[in-house]
Amino acid sequence: MAGSIKDRVAIIGMGCTRFGELWDKGPTDLVVDSVEEAYTDAGIEAKDIEALWGGSIFTAHGGRFFTEALRMQYIPATHVVNACASGQDAIRNAAYAVAAGIYDIVLAIGVEKIKDEGMSGLPGMDNRTHTHAVATMPGVFAIMATKYFHRYGLTPEEGKTMLAKISVKSHANGSLNPKAHLRNVLTIERVLNAPIIAWPLGLFDCCGVSDGGAAAILTSAERAKEFRKDPVYIKALQICGTPSSGRITTDYDYTHVEESYRAGAAAYREAGVTDPLKEISMAEVHDCFSITEAVTMEDLQFSPRGKVKDDIDAGTFELNGELPVQPDGGLKCFGHPIGASGIRMVYELYLQLQGRADKRQIKDPKLGLAHNLGHEPYAPLCSVCIVGL
Amino acid sequence: MIGITSYGAYIPWHRMDRQLFLKAWGGFAMPGERAVAYYDEDSVTMAVEAAIDCLRDIDSHTVDGLLFATTTSPYKEKLCSATMALALALRRDIQTADITSSLRSGTTAMNFALDAISSGRANSMLVTASDMRLSPPSGMTEQALGDAAGALLLGKDNVIVEVQGSHSISDELAATWRGETDTFIRSWEDRMTMDESYSKVMPEAMEGVMKKCGLSPKDFAKVVFDPPGDVRRHGRVAGELGFEPAQLLDPGGLFMSVGLLGSAMSFTMLVAALEQAKPGDKILFASYGNGADAFVLQVTDAIEKFGERRGFHKHLESKKMMRSCNDYLRWRDIVPLDQARRPERGHISVAANWRERYVDLGLWGVKCRRCGTPQYDYGGMTTTPIRVCAVCQAVDDFEDYNFARKKATVFSFTHDMLAPSLDPPTSVAMIDFEGGGRSLFDLTDRDPDQVQLGMEVEMTFRKVFADRGLNNYFWKARPIRC
Repeated sequence: MAGSIKDRVAIIGMGCTRFGELWDKGPTDLVVDSVEEAYTDAGIEAKDIEALWGGSIFTAHGGRFFTEALRMQYIPATHVVNACASGQDAIRNAAYAVAAGIYDIVLAIGVEKIKDEGMSGLPGMDNRTHTHAVATMPGVFAIMATKYFHRYGLTPEEGKTMLAKISVKSHANGSLNPKAHLRNVLTIERVLNAPIIAWPLGLFDCCGVSDGGAAAILTSAERAKEFRKDPVYIKALQICGTPSSGRITTDYDYTHVEESYRAGAAAYREAGVTDPLKEISMAEVHDCFSITEAVTMEDLQFSPRGKVKDDIDAGTFELNGELPVQPDGGLKCFGHPIGASGIRMVYELYLQLQGRADKRQIKDPKLGLAHNLGHEPYAPLCSVCIVGL
Repeated sequence: MIGITSYGAYIPWHRMDRQLFLKAWGGFAMPGERAVAYYDEDSVTMAVEAAIDCLRDIDSHTVDGLLFATTTSPYKEKLCSATMALALALRRDIQTADITSSLRSGTTAMNFALDAISSGRANSMLVTASDMRLSPPSGMTEQALGDAAGALLLGKDNVIVEVQGSHSISDELAATWRGETDTFIRSWEDRMTMDESYSKVMPEAMEGVMKKCGLSPKDFAKVVFDPPGDVRRHGRVAGELGFEPAQLLDPGGLFMSVGLLGSAMSFTMLVAALEQAKPGDKILFASYGNGADAFVLQVTDAIEKFGERRGFHKHLESKKMMRSCNDYLRWRDIVPLDQARRPERGHISVAANWRERYVDLGLWGVKCRRCGTPQYDYGGMTTTPIRVCAVCQAVDDFEDYNFARKKATVFSFTHDMLAPSLDPPTSVAMIDFEGGGRSLFDLTDRDPDQVQLGMEVEMTFRKVFADRGLNNYFWKARPIRC
């Protein structure tokens, strides 16, 4: 790879709506509310934006959705559709355009209005012939938990307790966050006794289902300090696509996600990180399900393979631990309005780096990592973004 | 010599103790159990199962025709045997036909197949008979019926049962019927139909074929013929014809264990008889429904070398007792049910179905010629057809590879409570095929508590989706049945 994004682009303003069942908010509200906060934060106006990239799976249909909501005056606009990484990919495309020297100030948005469906869960994504196993998303990640427990010799009780600690930790963090959807504090007993959604995953092993929007304003590293004294610099932006061979060939172990590992390794190279556990100050990872977070800790090299349980038990990923994970509450407490999630993660890292995370503030963070995992574990698309001061 | 060259049968895994009907509706419970097709089964899928059993050690490309006999075709217009031919990997230059509307459609189809063979137009004809009949809930007939399928392969080579003669009678009487808009069968008073039709027509057909062949009742080792709604009348007809009770394949046993199987009754009884038959046995075989067909059969020496089948008895012994009548009502879509709060699944695309017909109905994948990796990817996604090897990226360098009859093992699984199902949870497994290849499949005919990693499974053809009168069929995995 010839180039690197490291320290070439800065984030100078961000916004994020409260996530939740926002019955009275339409798609436009989510865009305008998050972007207005970002304008104010950056100290700019709509007319300063030269181009925009908007991530969304279900809500937007083309770049017009964003320019229309914001009444943008004839600027280039691109709709980014890239599964659960849509928001991060909007940032990536926007950052590359700035790094290429084409634009000075650009906008990346992520938005999803999920709760207009009349049900819990995501809208349908059936194949044309309706001929496939009918597992839900909890189902295909539950299959990973089954395999992980088996491979590493965990009884269902030990495995479920390990996963319960993840959800308890995320809810503890989410309870401190006024923008989180779910702010209740959980106990391990409550998690273990919750109804099964897809064995072995129970209700509290699954993230919420929410509406939300988030936005970031980017400029070049050279100009960043014209806008604020504490811009946050992009250190790495990596996306790893998939050959979707994990459900085709028998060599996939279903206890790791190769695409997460590769996106992480590439991001560490780009950012110059050699010891992730030591150098990364905090991480927002794609905890669509508790098992996803557990496996991601190994894929991102925070924990040795098969050993994440030791780190979970040691409290490594808690807010006051060695490497706080999901300091804002994660997908677990924010839910997963698909297009918005990636930018919502970066929003938390941005606030933490600037010392603006209030009760959740981590002491003196230097580097933050955001990770998304789209589709299923055997055929995913993964993104990793590293930001820092 | 023309006759039966192979046989197979299928009885669904699920059985219902008739006491459950009494618990649900009150009144009276007939003794015994009935076979109940699962929510993802119908007459087509059961016929495919029986045909797979029948073709177990036979090259499907030697079959020159497929007849599907039923009174419960899922379609008023559209050929089911064409669907089945793909599931069974039969050739394209064959005759396919559905023979419907009569409870003796199985033997009618058998006669047509024999004619095709004796005329030289075909060497080998596969005849399936399958029924999943619906009677109005809470009635006695609902208790009496059962779901099953049978299959006979007819031909000239390796004949295990020679067909030495046949005789047919046509008889006009609306004993049972379903009109254009009827969901459930209707019937006239059975005392009248037994007196005036069954008790006259069956002897007429059986005496007719015995006369043609110059045989009398004492010449037969077994006599196998359909019972009427009241099984006791079967024995009376046999006695009046001059048969001893020992010669009878007693339908009472079938009634007690699986029920009255509609057009599958005659084939299922015959398969049960053939499983016990010895070379030289003569069998008088007959079926009833708006008339009767009767056959004189002679078991040959070849039956001693006949390969193993699941047939009637093994399927009979492999069973799962149902919990309640509610499950039966739910599986049959007889009562309106609360809909799961899940996304609507959209319409079937006939074009996509057609394009993916070999992938979906035949479970055809590919094997890479360069790296040798077998690969399957279910149809309808952007990922089919497989054009590029998932391992070595070779392009269009594959041979066809069939997964339908491969065994597999459960690599990992879940029991999904959220996925909509007529019998939750939805059990889903990533399975690894013997010889290579992996895919995600629904698990059916499984006890959730028994599913384990490493469990051996086999593929079974099931109905997976219905939309605007069209059924989509596909394959699921199930623990090795028996």
